[in-house]
Amino acid sequence: MHSDKDFDLNLKNISKIEGHTHLDIKVKNGKTEYCKLKISENKRFFTQAVTGLDYKLVPTTMSRICGTCSSAHALCSIEAIEKALKLEVSDQTFQLRKLLANAGHLRDHAMHLYFFVLPDTIGKDSVLDFKGKEKQWIHDGLHVKEAGNFLSTIIGGRAVHPPNVSVGGFTKFPTRQEIEESVKQLEECRDNILKLIDFLYNDKTSFKRKTNYVALINNDYNFLKGYIKTAFGTSIFEEQYEEHLKRVVLPYSTATAFKWESKEYMVGALARVNLNKNNLHTDTIKDTFRYLKKFPSDCVFDNNLAQAIEMLHEVDSSIEILREIQNDIKQEALIIPKIERATGMGVVEAPRGTLYYNLNLNNKGIVTYANLCIPTQQNIIHLEKDIAAYVEQLLQQNKSKQQISFEIEKMIRAYDPCMSCATHFLRINWV
Amino acid sequence: MAKLKTGFFSFTCCEGCIVVFLEILNKKYEEYMEKMKIENFRQLKTNEKIKNLDIAFVEGAISTESEIKKLKEIRKNTKKLIALGSGACNGYPSNQRNKFDMEKKKKIKPLIEKFHQNKTIEPLNKFVKVDDNINGCPVDEKLLMEKIERYLR
Repeated sequence: MHSDKDFDLNLKNISKIEGHTHLDIKVKNGKTEYCKLKISENKRFFTQAVTGLDYKLVPTTMSRICGTCSSAHALCSIEAIEKALKLEVSDQTFQLRKLLANAGHLRDHAMHLYFFVLPDTIGKDSVLDFKGKEKQWIHDGLHVKEAGNFLSTIIGGRAVHPPNVSVGGFTKFPTRQEIEESVKQLEECRDNILKLIDFLYNDKTSFKRKTNYVALINNDYNFLKGYIKTAFGTSIFEEQYEEHLKRVVLPYSTATAFKWESKEYMVGALARVNLNKNNLHTDTIKDTFRYLKKFPSDCVFDNNLAQAIEMLHEVDSSIEILREIQNDIKQEALIIPKIERATGMGVVEAPRGTLYYNLNLNNKGIVTYANLCIPTQQNIIHLEKDIAAYVEQLLQQNKSKQQISFEIEKMIRAYDPCMSCATHFLRINWV
Repeated sequence: MAKLKTGFFSFTCCEGCIVVFLEILNKKYEEYMEKMKIENFRQLKTNEKIKNLDIAFVEGAISTESEIKKLKEIRKNTKKLIALGSGACNGYPSNQRNKFDMEKKKKIKPLIEKFHQNKTIEPLNKFVKVDDNINGCPVDEKLLMEKIERYLR
């Protein structure tokens, strides 16, 4: 038996995640008394900063919440504004936005899986310590990341804080040559991704808990439009989300959290694959058929496998769209909306899960109110509960405190949290 | 020739400048790693000890006393300290709250106090000597590559 069933565990400045966080756990008699994820990112008050700004400046301002998820913030704020002002964009714009979202997910998942997750699975602290054959993983990862980076650049102008995406359309368009180059790069990284899928499928780390999953779903597995579905059977329109989400203040963290219909829940790749795997790209389904049988999965570590499968979908779906548009990209002008006092909601799937924006504009097109709900905020309570239960499971397996620390970090990384996003938002009602 | 010992550090920011560096590595990984050894880089490895660095790349602005302390520790343990991106160079956009009107300032005050954040958010050079600034939001990719390659020469 484990000799010490009473202990405190404090993990400081957890590495290989986006942003800063600590974790405090207290265990008494083999039971977790508390588990607190102390997110320590400093607040930057973006929702305050955006009020008073002209609607045209919103996407470039809000993308700066997060260097990793900047496209998702730009796209979500644009959707909120366009819905408020009843602006319908062209098919081409929507296709280009799908590509930008795909590219963002691809880069981000590649970073997470190859650089944050693989060291744990291989048993090294860092990819920088990989030796011999292991080094091939680094090259695979950089290759996939570059395909995403190149696609982001030809569509958005840049991978971080994309300048070309705007309310009403795009300000610059990819050339035929760039599209051909992008297709080539995407095709070339398919084998790398399939190798990673197989590797992650064979990782047997397991922690299961019956729980709720929430995602924006649709019939072509795009990340921009659809309806919100839950594993517990709710299906709602995007505009209804505020009736189901409830903000929860965590007194020990600079981030607040959310519950869905009063319960903890999970968002992200695992939720999306669990709820919508049949709508992945047909080429993806064909090549990942045996891995997809694992879903729906209640094992949180399968979020890694789900991300890897999504990377293949992002590649396949992007290749299809690029081939469709390559011969007739039009230099479309931005559609200028008619300004009125209005409210709009944006809902998109960011790499880490569903991102919600609620923006109010006055009759001059100035933002008067902004309210955001970020994926990592939605996962916090679920993650804390998972860690608490996982610690108890590991104690029953007589794991040492050191092994428990390692496993907890691995679990936190499987969630792929983004602390930069989770904290840099609006006002909180302090009770 | 001994490898250049480098550290990468993030303060109050979106971490987009580090992401730009990681995107540069897509093509430059082998070339750079032959000449540099990464000692500190929270996104890639676990190492809290900052010691004997040749170059520290620092992104983000400074918003708490503990960040000032950490920044001074980095300064003490590196030959060169480079400000990466606009947050580190001039405070933007993290410093937007410095210029909030009275009404917004009143709203955020309880949070600033609760989380022990300083009254204003400031760039690195307010607290330590900065040897070079590479500006941009995010940091200019070409300029960053040029400068890194100059340091590695």
